[in-house]
Amino acid sequence: MTPLLAARAITVRYGSLAALDGVDLRIDHGQRHALIGPNGAGKTTLLNVIAGATRPGGGRVWLAGREVTRRGPAARARRGIGRIHQRPAVWSTLSVTENVQVAALPQALRPGRWRPGAARSAARRTADTLLDRVGLTDLAGRPAGELAHGQRRQLEIAMALAGRPRLLLLDEPAAGLSATEVGRLVDFLRELPRAVAVLLVEHRLDLVYALCDTVTVLRDGRTLAAGTPDEIRGSELVRRAYAEGVT
Amino acid sequence: MRDELIRPLRGVVAAVVLAGLVVAPWTVDDYTAAILARTLALGLVGVSVALLTGVAGMPTLGQTAPYAAGAYACAVVGGSVSDVGVVQLAVAAAAGAALAALTVPLVVSARGVVVLMITLAIGELVVTVLGRWRSFTGGTDGLAGIAPVRPFWGLPVLAGDRARYVYTLVVVAVVVGALLLVLRTRVGLVLRAGRDDEARLRASGHRVAGQLAGVHIAAGAIAGAAGSLLVVAQQYISPADFSFDTSALLLLGVVIGGTASVGGALVGATLVIASRDWLFGILPGQAPLVLGALFVATVYLLPGGGRRRPRLRGRPQPGRPGPGPALRTGPDPAARTEVRT
Repeated sequence: MTPLLAARAITVRYGSLAALDGVDLRIDHGQRHALIGPNGAGKTTLLNVIAGATRPGGGRVWLAGREVTRRGPAARARRGIGRIHQRPAVWSTLSVTENVQVAALPQALRPGRWRPGAARSAARRTADTLLDRVGLTDLAGRPAGELAHGQRRQLEIAMALAGRPRLLLLDEPAAGLSATEVGRLVDFLRELPRAVAVLLVEHRLDLVYALCDTVTVLRDGRTLAAGTPDEIRGSELVRRAYAEGVT
Repeated sequence: MRDELIRPLRGVVAAVVLAGLVVAPWTVDDYTAAILARTLALGLVGVSVALLTGVAGMPTLGQTAPYAAGAYACAVVGGSVSDVGVVQLAVAAAAGAALAALTVPLVVSARGVVVLMITLAIGELVVTVLGRWRSFTGGTDGLAGIAPVRPFWGLPVLAGDRARYVYTLVVVAVVVGALLLVLRTRVGLVLRAGRDDEARLRASGHRVAGQLAGVHIAAGAIAGAAGSLLVVAQQYISPADFSFDTSALLLLGVVIGGTASVGGALVGATLVIASRDWLFGILPGQAPLVLGALFVATVYLLPGGGRRRPRLRGRPQPGRPGPGPALRTGPDPAARTEVRT
């Protein structure tokens, strides 16, 4: 079966530093996959390559069987890649509901919706549903710039889902969240429809093991290990890498 | 506190200026009406500057280029094809849009100060071409004796300055009204989002380059239409009407009015141009000095023109969400993760 995402021999260099050196990655439809590794391992760089924000020096990327290596982030988003950034990226001067509406518009602008305002109405309906799901309905009219960090994270999740992703890239979604917020986040991610595959970059291994079916460990831009959470948990190699590299 | 004081003040100034513009034909002499008509035309160029700078986040010093293209296209059409105002307006808008479309590859790929420099260069280049292309533009002497316009088929020719002023006012009101309506739709929403954080907009699947090209062309069309109004108001044009001085004055007016506000930009540009013409009368030779001092005072005292300072688009940085979270007032607990690879 064609994987949802396939990345082969991905190489990214910054001068003499190899941020990624021939990394392979495969994610099937609906799979929950985690990328872990010490700081500087290349996790976010790989996420950038998959999202189209960084063009690799070598290697190729396929999404649902179609090569997207030379496609930019917008084209990949339209083909089903949603992303949540390390720092929640929201449009600060827009209201909470407008943020989700803008994120929903590319999907709402479907052929057949030529009536003026039809796309906006569809985006508004999507925003209402998603804000209710992430618990931000009461703040719908507030400027997004006034939200607290955890609320911004919730908003960004709603924005990512508004694009109806087939693959959701989560870059340290728990960073800066309180224990309660992390619990809510885990529940929310568990409830995501199985049609949405997840690629999670996270330092908190408890979260990784709770959410993911498979794990890839990166170190110094190379794949150190890959397997199920149990296999990774039991790997001496991974334990040593973490003992040396994680801060 | 300052915002609470400034907001009603801006409203009062806007209301007074708009009321003054409406009653002007019945209260001023012909000469003043002619000056006001020309000022309104420049105010409309100011609106196109605000659309690019404040709404879309692309600062510009080059809107005099499509303004000139529209004016000369209108003058040529008025002299040999049609004296109907709406025809001239459409041709002028198309000429402004066409010139803007030609410069899209230069402008849309750049950001920040680079856009300012490129647009300034385009504006100066157009003025130079106008000055040298004597067979078409009349060179630095310009085109004089342009026939008066009739607003629509079957209507009389606008013979007096007051009639031309009313025509100009109606066209400006219609264009600005239409623009405000468009900006209330998803188009305005997406433009504001792009101004906030362009990389995030891309990551959501929006075709940002296409949107910027569209707004650049639309602003060119508005400036081109303003060029047609200049021809109607003056019945004479020369390259001096589109010089760097005009660009700088427009930017000053837009800054005073608030770059993120289309109405504010119209009022600000109108006030600055009217002040210049008034100052020329009472302080011969000193008007640029006074306007320069006004510019410095405005930028110092009202950096956002009485509104929150608009964002300008930054150069997109791969993998970075852009300047979105920069408005945060407190420490960002996630900031420590920023530099990881």
